[in-house]
Amino acid sequence: MSEAAHAAMARRNPLARLWNDKESRQVIIQIISFVLIFAFFFMMVRNAVINLEAIGKDISLKFLWQPSSYDINQSLIEYSSRSSHFRAMIVGILNTLLVAVFGIALATILGFLLGISRLSKNWIINKMAYVYIEYVRNVPVLLHILLVHGMIINLLPLPRASLTIGDGAFLNNRGFFVPKPDFEPLFLAVAALFLGGVAFAFWFRKYARMVQDQSGKHYPVFWICLAAVAGVPLLAYFVLGAPITWEIPELQGFNYKGGMVLRPEFIALWLALSIYTAAFIGEIVRAGISAVDWGQNEAASALGITRGRTLHLVVIPQALRIIVPPLTSQYLNLTKNSSLAIAIGYMDIVATIGGISLNQTGREMECMALVLALYLVFSLLISAFMNWYNRRIKLVER
Amino acid sequence: MPETEKTHAELAVKIEAMHKWYGQFHVLKNINLQVRRGERIVICGPSGSGKSTMIRCINRLEEHQQGDIIVDGVELTNDLKNIETIRKEVGMVFQHFNLFPHLTVLENCTLAPIWVRKSPKAEAVATAMEYLERVQIPEQAHKFPGQLSGGQQQRVAIARSLCMNPRIMLFDEPTSALDPEMIKEVLDVMVELAQEGMTMLCVTHEMGFAKTVANRVIFMDEGEIIEENSPDQFFDHPEHERTKLFLSQILSH
Amino acid sequence: MSAPQYAPGKHPDLPAPSTLAGPLAWVRANLLSSPSNITLTLLSLWFLWSVIPGALNWFFFDAVYSGENRAACRAAGEGACWAFIGEYLKLFTYGFYPEESRWRVNLAFVLMWLALVPILFDRVPHRKYGLYYAAAFPFIAGWLLVGGLGLAPVTTDKFGGIMLTLVVGVTGIAFSLPIGILLALGRSSKLTIIRVFCVGFIEFIRGVPLITLLFVASTMLSYFLPPGTNFDLLLRVLIMVTLFASGYMAEVIRGGLQAIPSGQTEAADALGLKYWQAMRLIVLPQALKISIPGIVNTFIGLYKDTTLVIIIGLYDPLGIGRAALANTSWIGLSTEVYIFVAIFFFVSCFAMSRYSLYLEDKLETGHKR
Ligand SMILES: Nc1ncnc2c1ncn2[C@@H]1O[C@H](COP(=O)(O)OP(=O)(O)O)[C@@H](O)[C@H]1O
Ligand SMILES: [Mg+2]
Repeated sequence: MSEAAHAAMARRNPLARLWNDKESRQVIIQIISFVLIFAFFFMMVRNAVINLEAIGKDISLKFLWQPSSYDINQSLIEYSSRSSHFRAMIVGILNTLLVAVFGIALATILGFLLGISRLSKNWIINKMAYVYIEYVRNVPVLLHILLVHGMIINLLPLPRASLTIGDGAFLNNRGFFVPKPDFEPLFLAVAALFLGGVAFAFWFRKYARMVQDQSGKHYPVFWICLAAVAGVPLLAYFVLGAPITWEIPELQGFNYKGGMVLRPEFIALWLALSIYTAAFIGEIVRAGISAVDWGQNEAASALGITRGRTLHLVVIPQALRIIVPPLTSQYLNLTKNSSLAIAIGYMDIVATIGGISLNQTGREMECMALVLALYLVFSLLISAFMNWYNRRIKLVER
Repeated sequence: MPETEKTHAELAVKIEAMHKWYGQFHVLKNINLQVRRGERIVICGPSGSGKSTMIRCINRLEEHQQGDIIVDGVELTNDLKNIETIRKEVGMVFQHFNLFPHLTVLENCTLAPIWVRKSPKAEAVATAMEYLERVQIPEQAHKFPGQLSGGQQQRVAIARSLCMNPRIMLFDEPTSALDPEMIKEVLDVMVELAQEGMTMLCVTHEMGFAKTVANRVIFMDEGEIIEENSPDQFFDHPEHERTKLFLSQILSH
Repeated sequence: MSAPQYAPGKHPDLPAPSTLAGPLAWVRANLLSSPSNITLTLLSLWFLWSVIPGALNWFFFDAVYSGENRAACRAAGEGACWAFIGEYLKLFTYGFYPEESRWRVNLAFVLMWLALVPILFDRVPHRKYGLYYAAAFPFIAGWLLVGGLGLAPVTTDKFGGIMLTLVVGVTGIAFSLPIGILLALGRSSKLTIIRVFCVGFIEFIRGVPLITLLFVASTMLSYFLPPGTNFDLLLRVLIMVTLFASGYMAEVIRGGLQAIPSGQTEAADALGLKYWQAMRLIVLPQALKISIPGIVNTFIGLYKDTTLVIIIGLYDPLGIGRAALANTSWIGLSTEVYIFVAIFFFVSCFAMSRYSLYLEDKLETGHKR
């Protein structure tokens, strides 16, 4: 059809006129897509209603308050099989958060070490980090989890032949048994010194800053703070005669009793997630630091700023801007990957409310909705933080 | 011995039979150069001839392998203390400014005085403002480098170096990354600095600048100093064939 | 010490001093450049010395390669027991696919490589037709594997092993790419409703773990389908994996779209191109090219994530490995089994990530030029 004929038709036909106008065409497309999307969801909901009716199920969260009647071997709060499904879910959430927090801490430390090693001038260290990163990144995380778990179960000795570490820690295929501290009253003094040390460190950083601004004098802030936070309380601890008694785990029957225990499932999940995520963090750190223009180092050197100060004042602040966003998404990945706990029976969100509770009550809809919603909340919180951070550190450009 | 000490003190920079390699590549060959206090040297030569490498050896951004470099009476060796002292005394301005993008203009200028010279903050800020005024951008003090034009950034970079009160200034093609209309504002600052008697070593192809301020012009090619002369002699009666060729190339556009 | 004098411009290139070049200089610069560097070198050498011989012994020299069961293995040697591999190798490869039809799997595998040729190499002759073939490949392979239309039907619960990994991976990548492109375009669209829908979908997919989506597929997806329909677990898994991958794909492609300067769309507008024409002819080809390394990385992620299907009862290589462990003959050999599967994944993923690096380098030079 020629342009002219097109235009002539458009003049006659009001619908064609609407379609040819840019604004109204957009409105039409939007309305159509809205109707389609709405229809799609409507069909799904309708199907669900019909299907549920056919087998006589309703949708209700009342089951959350019924007794769960299953046990959870690791719980941060009081829990028994008489507790409700809701409480089981809370236990699951806490367990997910527990392994996520520990995992994030270990993965960050390992990851930064790896990243720095990848930048090291030392050829052996550099290549070792490279081999680690490439091996770990290219093997599925689930496999890491199962491998570590399998090694704990199959390669570690039975409780009778436990590996003894120090005086009171025992490692065997039932877990890692460590002494449980029992605090004597005098320990309060040590704790108070520690808190005082932390408060002092905060104050001293400000004070040192002020002195430096006024007189130019530099204090070794890091070492003084370290002494206040760790040195003094440690000294006091020994001066006061070590006012902690340790409840040492003891072999009774087939296993250790007393003390504290890290279960194989927790250890396996924690180590595997950390090992896996650390490889990615290592690459992020390496990329972030090498993205800082070498000219920045040269400019700082030319001004006489020492190597260590250059890192602290010039390179790290710039590298962090590049590192933190992908780093947070690695934290989110670690949290999401912790859902693989179910493969080794660590009782996280998916294993409690999305696993046993779901199977026992048959409430697939409600349970899965809760699980999805919980993960979405974690994700939204983390990405909210990320957006806030990105906005805060965005370099001002012309 | 007092004889040599005297010459040391008079000489801001003394380079003797200096050689440098990058791996197997012989970049600098038998460099000999003496710069008296208050002297302004302009260094030119084709790209890749080793100009940057040479002036970067002077504040030991690059290490040389043979010969001696004595700056301000201090010999450059692996001794970290010496390197620190030298870097405090020698300022450097780069082709690509290398300002710290995460710090404001003022913070760029006070960073080294505070952490290296250990000046009180108020003092560092006062000095910084003074130099920012001299390069005529005090009003930009609280902006970030990314918000400034190239010419302004380069002037900040000069002010940042001056805040350390250097005795010698090195410039590595300070105007070659700038748009033509900004070159003048940077050159003006440099001319003013020269008139105040600063010892300057300047890699540049700005021939007007060389004619007005330089005491000597040095021509480098393939890692060697080929010719060294007063600006008038250099531009009007170049001795060496390669110098003539080079001059005809840069003057033809 | 007096060096020979040369006329200006006549100085020859001299060899570097031996401290600067040559193997000794290399060792000095890379291993012994400072006291801390020397310490690190010694520590890491000690570490390697104490780990590598033991590991090699366990892995190769003391390992046992044949035997009826674990007990026989352990009796024969100290090291790893690889005897299970022989028994399970077919399962690792084909899963439970009927023996007499395995040629179909092999054929599909060969066809897959043929389909990859025009995708991986941009200088093959008749590349355009090759690409049409590559687009048709998933359907051809589907027919070969599932059967029907003259081939004996094979139910999908017989799928397993490496073959299952490839089925899930290839389906995921083949279908998530177009969906991902649509989502990415939708996300950068000016039409609010479409944009909101796409953003919501992408964020939802990226916000939840894959395993929960697989649970949705296995436990509750059938509720949302018209009453009476019920389709098989593998198909449901494939749908979920595809949707999951498209969320990530969309973000990769969006990154590519954002890297295209707005001048390109403006130029297309100025030429009078319509939206779809501008996208198809100008913007997408460039954006996709930039995104290729990201797409390959998404694929590697997807490929590794296929292992998750074992949790809802499918048998990929990891699932087969677990089945071997459940066999009383091999119980307790988890380290060997998992390391074997890990080697398989490592080799394939490492190869892919090398390829993606190679592409990145190629793109980089392409941009500089
Ligand atoms: N870090 C380096 N490693 C190896 N070669 C280098 C390095 N820096 C510069 N070069 C080489 O040294 C020669 C001189 O470089 P340079 O001093 O930057 O030249 P100019 O500043 O005169 O253009 C060039 O051929 C360059 O390629
Ligand atoms: Mg240069």
